[in-house]
Amino acid sequence: MELALQVKNVSVHYGGFTALDDISLDLQQHKVLGLVGESGSGKSTLARVIAGLITPDGGEITLDSQPLLKKRSREQRKQIQMIFQNPDASLNPKHSVRQILSEALLFHRIVDRAQVEKRCKELLAKVHIEESSLDRFPHEFSGGQRQRIAIARALSVEPSLLIADEPTSALDVSVQRSVLELFSKLKAELNLTMLFISHDLGVIHEISDTVAVMRQGRLVELNPKDRFFANPETAYSLELLSAVPRMPKPSTSGGLTT
Amino acid sequence: MKQMRIDPRLNAHGKRTSLIGRIGSTPTLLAGTLMLAVLVLLAAFIPFISPYQPSEQNLSAFLQPPSAEHWLGTDQLGRDLFTRLIYAARTDLKIMVLAEIIPFCTGLFLGMVAGYYGKWLDTVITLITDTFIAFPFYLIVIIVAFASGAGERGIYITFILVGWIVFARVTRGLTASFRQQEWVASAQTLGLPGIRIILRHILPNVLPQAIVVLMTDMVGLLVAIVTLGYLGIGITPPTPDWGTMISDGQSFITTAWWLSAVPGFAVVYTGIALSLVGDGLADLWRKK
Repeated sequence: MELALQVKNVSVHYGGFTALDDISLDLQQHKVLGLVGESGSGKSTLARVIAGLITPDGGEITLDSQPLLKKRSREQRKQIQMIFQNPDASLNPKHSVRQILSEALLFHRIVDRAQVEKRCKELLAKVHIEESSLDRFPHEFSGGQRQRIAIARALSVEPSLLIADEPTSALDVSVQRSVLELFSKLKAELNLTMLFISHDLGVIHEISDTVAVMRQGRLVELNPKDRFFANPETAYSLELLSAVPRMPKPSTSGGLTT
Repeated sequence: MKQMRIDPRLNAHGKRTSLIGRIGSTPTLLAGTLMLAVLVLLAAFIPFISPYQPSEQNLSAFLQPPSAEHWLGTDQLGRDLFTRLIYAARTDLKIMVLAEIIPFCTGLFLGMVAGYYGKWLDTVITLITDTFIAFPFYLIVIIVAFASGAGERGIYITFILVGWIVFARVTRGLTASFRQQEWVASAQTLGLPGIRIILRHILPNVLPQAIVVLMTDMVGLLVAIVTLGYLGIGITPPTPDWGTMISDGQSFITTAWWLSAVPGFAVVYTGIALSLVGDGLADLWRKK
């Protein structure tokens, strides 16, 4: 199994506060790593460090056996794309969908000018947005639709790693479902390597292959999904698992199941 | 999926309303635009409206009160006041617009650069703007205007030096707040260079507010141009200018008060028009 991402002894300090404390983890190609932990545990900071938005104070990050230095090249930057939590702020309000999707395509010469429109439409189709939306602006879409457009934008540069930082937590429950289904579909279709951050263990169970648990800037557990859910290693993981509210199981199906 | 939100630019029939329709729906913008349009049209067509030249003297008909022949009367040299007033609008409005172009661009750019890159660049630019702000505005204007010599050129130099500060301050703050937004982070992960993010992503977002500030700043600039003319270190005679007109009329304030009052009113009128346009644009963009 080939290694996609390797994080080695990464630390981030803000003054006296330690946001990330000596984090090391590996992520294999075409696998999904689910990252869980309560708010303030450093999940988003880790995501931003990997994406190159925050420079770590120490440690190394390697992508496809290429070390990512402090100053990343444009080529290296586009290898890692990120989906953010807040769909209201993730798209430039002054850009049309066409501009949003085509900018990086043209800048990195991924397709030539004549092909841009076609590629934009393909990207929209991938995330189930109507092709006719190309000339609309972000405020004309719902939160779920905006998140899909953000996903299409991230996919436009054909990244080798996709980071999703709580991509559904700002959405309505009904919309969450469909966005998650989209992630599962893309994972299968495009063979994506993903770092999926969520505090929702149900979501993590569905999408990830491995689970990492963070607490107060530290990585407390890193295990294959089945092992994590069946037999968590640390007391904290057990606490997280038992904190999931569950609906009581119905004793009868009410004759509705087939 | 059906579109859930209502686009305010769409009218009841679901059609996108025209720009003129949108201006009409904002009364302050409409009023300001009309007031400015009247002034600009008068200034543009004054050679066809008035039979007089702005510097044409008629010493047999000096200090006349308003009449059918001379709509606003004549001054101490028998020059038609209305004609001079509108020719002065040409001078003052032209300088007002031209003197804002460079400071607006440099202020916007420096503000965005400071807000986007932060760190030492921000420290330096903020230090400069704060230092300038600490001085009384007119003190700087008068000193620089004196040093660079009276006339149009002095005004341009003065405002290239001090005019950018207000724009830099506004855009720096806005840019620093946009910097926190995820769409900027996305542009960075896409591998776009900083300068491109500033010009193509941040600029369209700071521009509306910068234009609103531009409108109020132009009022201040106009008053400064007129003040310099009044003090005799701005526009020099015989070029007609509201400031020199006010100062010329001062000696006759008891007998022919309108000589100073009319150009003074013109300054107020233009100031109100620009403020209304600024307010109206702010309303329009807020509604959107």
